[in-house]
Amino acid sequence: MDFNDTPEEAAYRAKARAWLAANAPKSGASQDPLADEDPNGLAAAKAWQAKKAAAGYACITWPKEWGGPGGANWQAQIFTQEEANYATPGNPFQIGLGMCVPTIMTCGNEPDKQRFVGPALRGEEIWCQLFSEPSGGSDVAASRTRAVRPPDGSGDWIINGQKVWTSGAHYSDFGILICRTDPDVPKHKGLTMFWVDMHDPAIDVRPIHQMSGASGFNEVYFTDLRVKDSQRVGAVGDGWRVSLVTLMNERNAIGGGASYHRQVMDLASSVATLAGSGIKDAALREKVADWYVQAEGLRLTRLRTQTALSRGQTPGPEASIGKLVTAPLMQDVANTAVELEDQFGVINDPSVAPLSALFQATLMSAPGMRIAGGTDEIMRNIIAERVLGLPQDVRVDKDVAFKDIPTGR
Amino acid sequence: MNFDFSDDQKFLKSEARKFLEGRCPTSKVRAVLDDPARSYDADLWSEVAAQGWLGTTIPEAFNGLGLGHLELCVIAEELGRALAPIPFASTVYFLTEALLMAGSDAQKQVWLPRIAAGEAIGCFAAVERPGPLTEAQVQATVIGGKLSGTKLPVTDGGIADVAVVLAKEGGRPGLFLVDLRSGGVTREPLSTLDPTRDAARLIFAGAAAERLGEPAEGMALAEALLERAAVLLAFEQVGGADRALEMAKEYALSRYAFGRPIGSYQAIKHKLADMYVKNELARSNAYYGAWALETGASELPLAAASARVSACEAYWHAAKENLQTHGGIGFTWQMDCHLFYRRAQQLGLVAGGAKAWKERLVTQLERRNAA
Repeated sequence: MDFNDTPEEAAYRAKARAWLAANAPKSGASQDPLADEDPNGLAAAKAWQAKKAAAGYACITWPKEWGGPGGANWQAQIFTQEEANYATPGNPFQIGLGMCVPTIMTCGNEPDKQRFVGPALRGEEIWCQLFSEPSGGSDVAASRTRAVRPPDGSGDWIINGQKVWTSGAHYSDFGILICRTDPDVPKHKGLTMFWVDMHDPAIDVRPIHQMSGASGFNEVYFTDLRVKDSQRVGAVGDGWRVSLVTLMNERNAIGGGASYHRQVMDLASSVATLAGSGIKDAALREKVADWYVQAEGLRLTRLRTQTALSRGQTPGPEASIGKLVTAPLMQDVANTAVELEDQFGVINDPSVAPLSALFQATLMSAPGMRIAGGTDEIMRNIIAERVLGLPQDVRVDKDVAFKDIPTGR
Repeated sequence: MNFDFSDDQKFLKSEARKFLEGRCPTSKVRAVLDDPARSYDADLWSEVAAQGWLGTTIPEAFNGLGLGHLELCVIAEELGRALAPIPFASTVYFLTEALLMAGSDAQKQVWLPRIAAGEAIGCFAAVERPGPLTEAQVQATVIGGKLSGTKLPVTDGGIADVAVVLAKEGGRPGLFLVDLRSGGVTREPLSTLDPTRDAARLIFAGAAAERLGEPAEGMALAEALLERAAVLLAFEQVGGADRALEMAKEYALSRYAFGRPIGSYQAIKHKLADMYVKNELARSNAYYGAWALETGASELPLAAASARVSACEAYWHAAKENLQTHGGIGFTWQMDCHLFYRRAQQLGLVAGGAKAWKERLVTQLERRNAA
């Protein structure tokens, strides 16, 4: 047990460090994937991705036949660690490179792979994932967006419906879209996946004003969008299986964050409570310890995962706990810190509030963290079912034709 | 990056599991629980000695195996999983560690070979009153090499041959080694939450005491000893917590209510998912403690506190929610749930409770932040 690199790892790290020192931007935009993406940030992000791609540091594990560097998982891990030391631009490619394009690589046809993988890797084209709907967030297979073939013999599909919570749809070039193609069979069997051009005028993207004030998500409306049959990803009716390929990557693509225990301690030291300095408050100290062991436990769990990768093994299921730990932790930290400020805590003006209103901002973004990319409840289901082997939830809609499934209001 | 046990260490772990599954099923734990005359399993103790485990970290020169603390950690995890009713922690994590840390050559020569052979059981006698261990609570006194005072509770105090005692000499705390077979020692058994582990009140009236380490460094030595024990105990706790989760899972799959396995209800699934998360965090924190212990890293005080806090939280949660998952049957004497519930408390308190360790953790963080 040691935290040192093997000679091979050390050599790779040194090379990556040297390259980053020479090339990484010294300052950049926010890394919060739920935050607004300003146009300048987007341009900077694209430039940085192109630079990494040219040097073989983008999508390090992607196979050479698609223009990827064909590297190992441990190399990707090391580069990510080193890159984190720089203020690199936000990452609008995460969903495309982490989920959408891998789906094309696994399930798409040959011309699509030739067409899309390279530009995505170089940051020239951004992808979004069009899965969630107003009537189906956790229950993605309940998608109602319809794709039907017009009787004109073209083989094309006409798509109508609405998606929601689509991260980055407003700056994406392409999207993968799951549609209902057969409502007469049970819900999992009547779905088909397509890729769509987000610049098509039949697609209307409307940003969602989040409670945090930011707008990272969108509603996406499809009105008589016509797509070629060649834009189908996988077989007709096989969309659920294709979507699982996408979602399998989701847990890994959405990582955890910082714990802020240091910032809370600094804040507490600067606040006088009725019992003296805030940092002497016994209840706060207990909480700091609780947060620390969670954040530290998560950091160390990632090192276990990295060890498995380093040994050429498949990481164990421990990798699935990250978001479920981090999101509620952030919410609790933020709430406690705001409470520590007492009446002052209500102020969220960064020029007035302590730590530039870090905790007020965290408090207002934390609910989104607990929902995006799988709610706390869905993450618990995933752990219970896939890790512990407990039965799936009872599904009363399993053998019912989609059109006959009760929908509430 | 190599943050995992080696293949050899994993092999040792799987061998330990096989051995304990054969020699220490819960029926053996219950035999101690149900017989007021027994406070440990002497046969298992001999068998464990024969495996060499008692000498894991004892140098070969003293008839030990001369292995490291990582090997001891994997054995600890399996002992915790099996609820082994033996004085392993008292003897190996406290007595042996104290001797290795502060013992003179002569003291090592006397005790380490006997420990390795299973001929000497140890205990750590520090606490005298309710509340966390502080200098103020130490009233036991050594004058002219004779110890007087009362210590309770002393885990394994009723069966130990030798005690590591925290007592004042010239007004300052020191650590002392006391042969409990000599005169001036009275032991009274104590009833505890976990009768599968021995506990006693030790009353010293002029018992011969040899100083362990330098005079007046008793508190520092005791703290260091507790840090080392905290890491090793964390592995026992992680082992127990994992077994409690397994029990809950097995029951949730086999027990039907309202026409379905109870494990298909989200109330149970989410409960078990939370147990899994806490157990994994505790495991990772324990691994870091193991690394710090093995390498003597300066991170040990913080790593040990994290391992301790995380393990206490995980085991308590797993033990109580395993019992809850079992419903009414889980509350009966016949089910094993309460064995884990009891042991979670015993391990959670024996080296100081989580509340005090959280304070130590934050103190360490303050030091680190100030550095």
